[in-house]
Amino acid sequence: MSERITKASRHVSQNEGLIFEKSSPGKRAFDLPPLDVPAADPAKVLGANHRGEGVAGFPEVSEIEVLRHFTRLSTWNYAIDLGMYPLGSCTMKYNPRVNEFVARLEGIATEHPLQPQSLSQGCLKILRLLEECLLEITGMDSITLQPAAGAQGELTGLLLIRAYLGAQGNPRKKVLVPDSAHGTNPATAVIAGYEVQNIQSDPDGQVDVRKLGELVTPDVAALMITNPSTLGIFEQRISDIAAILHAKGAMLYMDGANMNALAGVARPGDFGVDVMHLNLHKTFSTPHGGGGPGAGPVAMKKILEPFRPIPVLVEKEGGELALELDRPHSIGRVKAFSGNFGVLVRALAYILAYGPGIRQVTEDAVLNANYIRKHLEGVFALPYSLPSMHEVVFSDALQKQNGVNTMDIAKRLIDYGFHPYTTAFPLIVPGALMIEPTESESKEECDLFIEAMLTIAQEAVSTPDLVKHAPHSTRIGRLDEVAAARKPVLRWKPDRTE
Amino acid sequence: MRYLPKSPAERDDMLASIGAQSIDDLFSRIPERFRLAEALKLPGPLSEAEIIEYFKQRARENSVAYTSFLGAGVYNHLRSVVTDAIIQRGEFLTSYTPYQAEISQGTLQAIFEFQTLVCQLTGQEVANASMWDGSTATTEAVLMAERITRRRRVLVARSLHPEYREVLRTYAKNSGLDVEEIGFDARGTLDEKALGSAIREDVAAVVVQSPNFFGAIENVPALRETAHSLGVLLVVAITEGVSLGVLRPPAEADIVALEGQSFGLAPTYGGPFVGVIATQEKFVRQMPGRLAGQASDSQGRRGFVLTLAAREQHIRREKATSNICTNQALCALAATVHLNLLGKEGLREMAEQNLSKAQFALHELLKIPGIRQAFEGPFFNEFTIRLTRSVDAVNKQLLGEKIVGPLALDPLYPELPHHALVCVTETTTRADIERFALALRGALRRAQEQG
Amino acid sequence: MEYPKSYRYTKDDEWIEPKGELGTIGLTYEAQCRLGDIVFLELPEVGRTLEAGKPLGVVESVKAVFEIFSPVSGEVVEINSTLKDAPEKVNSDPHGAGWLVKVRLKNPAEIDGLMDAAAYEAYAATPSRESSH
Repeated sequence: MSERITKASRHVSQNEGLIFEKSSPGKRAFDLPPLDVPAADPAKVLGANHRGEGVAGFPEVSEIEVLRHFTRLSTWNYAIDLGMYPLGSCTMKYNPRVNEFVARLEGIATEHPLQPQSLSQGCLKILRLLEECLLEITGMDSITLQPAAGAQGELTGLLLIRAYLGAQGNPRKKVLVPDSAHGTNPATAVIAGYEVQNIQSDPDGQVDVRKLGELVTPDVAALMITNPSTLGIFEQRISDIAAILHAKGAMLYMDGANMNALAGVARPGDFGVDVMHLNLHKTFSTPHGGGGPGAGPVAMKKILEPFRPIPVLVEKEGGELALELDRPHSIGRVKAFSGNFGVLVRALAYILAYGPGIRQVTEDAVLNANYIRKHLEGVFALPYSLPSMHEVVFSDALQKQNGVNTMDIAKRLIDYGFHPYTTAFPLIVPGALMIEPTESESKEECDLFIEAMLTIAQEAVSTPDLVKHAPHSTRIGRLDEVAAARKPVLRWKPDRTE
Repeated sequence: MRYLPKSPAERDDMLASIGAQSIDDLFSRIPERFRLAEALKLPGPLSEAEIIEYFKQRARENSVAYTSFLGAGVYNHLRSVVTDAIIQRGEFLTSYTPYQAEISQGTLQAIFEFQTLVCQLTGQEVANASMWDGSTATTEAVLMAERITRRRRVLVARSLHPEYREVLRTYAKNSGLDVEEIGFDARGTLDEKALGSAIREDVAAVVVQSPNFFGAIENVPALRETAHSLGVLLVVAITEGVSLGVLRPPAEADIVALEGQSFGLAPTYGGPFVGVIATQEKFVRQMPGRLAGQASDSQGRRGFVLTLAAREQHIRREKATSNICTNQALCALAATVHLNLLGKEGLREMAEQNLSKAQFALHELLKIPGIRQAFEGPFFNEFTIRLTRSVDAVNKQLLGEKIVGPLALDPLYPELPHHALVCVTETTTRADIERFALALRGALRRAQEQG
Repeated sequence: MEYPKSYRYTKDDEWIEPKGELGTIGLTYEAQCRLGDIVFLELPEVGRTLEAGKPLGVVESVKAVFEIFSPVSGEVVEINSTLKDAPEKVNSDPHGAGWLVKVRLKNPAEIDGLMDAAAYEAYAATPSRESSH
């Protein structure tokens, strides 16, 4: 390992087993206040439905054991609070703590979604302000905050398109998806009842406009585009693309995963997008929490408004806000209750912190990505060389000559104290290294990252095995995923010996 | 700006090293007519104190200091502060999906423990790492049954949560599923005669909730008999997870869709919550969502890894089993910590307290003239009463006494006029219940006098 | 890789070894190369009717899941149940012990429309192919 690197990630090695392995009958971690009504006899009340004993195998441990157990587990995780995640298209930015604070306020965290709307005006005002802010940022006319995640937002968007086209007389059969698209795009199209047709990118990695012209037939409902693309490159001909689709009565759906390159600088509503989803856990700083929760609001042009999922936020006479269910053209409900409210609160807090200054986020994100690109260009192959926005995609073509691939480089990056970048995506770049630093990284962090990557590139030539068998500094090494998939063990069982 | 770690000098340095004159150079590929000339019209920028003040004001405009008897899929239960102490740790809060197993073992082991706990609770063999919520989990369970049986008809209990049924309908419309509702009988449970008439060998699944929306407990073993005799799968949805502390788990179900909100998640005006699917091992490859599996490294050390990922969308693309990408990891973690804190005895005791308080509440309410128990039969912490007056009118009066009354059922079930769903948990004190009964008695009497 | 001369091959990297009115079907060496370590196979039940060109099952590796297409029409008479516990046989011996199903051919003439070993070898080596893999 190079001496010049000053950041190391040494994981605290605790022999921490599963909580079930610490369990012993009679230990308790929680006490309830005493029962203040006559105790019912569960056997009498429930009869055959009575469980009898407690849940078999359920842990019995003390409070300190629970706290220590999970604290130790947490030390095995990498996190934004520790350092950079250069994961392309994930936008791993700082999760502001004030967002956590306000989401937990009494009167915010405590509200029941079915309580009278007269007692929920505070919640509804929060929803309305967030709606207004997101419409301003996207340049769209109408919005729904219901979808629980980006993928559900995509589905909602496609269902809106389907409903609109259906109301015109023909929902159509196909959705076009670029070969560079995120995997949720085609999966969503199928679930929305459409056939997927892949459209190949042009030699610059952009949507092939000429090919698009040929592929858009009256059978095509929409094109799903990401802008900037998953290569981090702005689709310069976006308005031509929109025009081609609109001329044939088809619609332009935009995957808003890369909004961190646009907020405050350009608006999708201005360049021809009909409907798009946003990932609040990407651009809008809500925490990833190890894989969720997120939220995927969908913003749209006016023509799609009548089809929005219920409930719909409205303002009644007198100014009172309400959630309306009576919407005859709505595509229906996509989730129980009203969206991931706790996540929406956090996103609003983030927007309020920046206000009109949100443009600076985008500028810093794009600056960081270009800075990193400049210093890694030439050392790593750059298959598509048009200017990058907030992310840059290299390939492992040069390192492959020594038998080192993107996965190996990514694992070696761990030894330098960074989380890997996105490997093997987008599919149009074989051996891809997709890097998105976000605006949350200082120049110092960017320099450390660059230094680590350059060092690994040298190692790939001089000591390739070091890279190929990385990481070396973690608590456990590479796990046998094949064995795990062949004979899956998906839960602890009491009679299993370790 | 306090979230941006750059000084003006550093920005200049970086621009110079790129060879750009100004930051605008880096946006030159965007056609000029799309580049915004003015700043967006957004509120702010606010300092931390101002942000807090904004939300505190909104909080004051909500239901401050009200006692609530609402359940209906979202439950008020005791939560420990220890849970937040853990999930607020940056290593959990700000970490990414555990695709890089070597540096995500904390998350992965916690998921493995979560999956185990759900199996133990539900009596099923495998569980996933969570879905968005109970409503989408129930829908995904139905789609799973469709894939397994290759049949297109689904029989859904009308006593399944109305919003869950709506979500199912939204998804069914687009996948060509034929969803038929089966009504409830005089006991508020699935009408077995009606089921018998409707069920044939073209049915993929029968879907019930237990305890159901009215609080009644369904006869899962009997339903399984009926279903299996025709190769139909039984899907059981559970909205109130605490019930599993004292109720027999639906081990006979083929697929269980559980909402875990009751396990340490605040109501938060409807989300984020945490759904889970639990099922038999033989169906594991048809199960959507993430899964953590045990694995070893080259030294034989035990670790955990996301497995069977090929089923997920990012690999199968058009052939994915669903399009779920995120799960509800942090919510699942909160539930895991909470369940570990409760432990075997704590969960049982909590469940028994719910049972006792609900029995007491019913007992008190039945003393009031004009109130009847709508459905005979055992219940957990929710039950349905029938008034002689409009529930809405009564609830309006209760609001005046700072009580959020039981959910009026007639907007959801026109066949149940004047019916209300009462929920009582371990957080409802005896004094609350007695005050509620008194207020209800008063409201009904006033309504009676006014004719 | 030497592809068995008595077998016939499809564009989707399946092989069939005809033996009178029966045929044994499997995945080619090329297929398992592209898939990587195979973790699971979903095979049809005995008695099921297969149609030429339509999916007969699914093959899952750690990184991908793909449909397996039937080279011929016919009825499934036997499946390789050892693959349940040892799917890796498809990687280690794709043309032998890693066979998938045996069928009774409905229309033996369909075999003539498939590629022979030489043609398939050439096809497998082409960089851009029509295969769904």
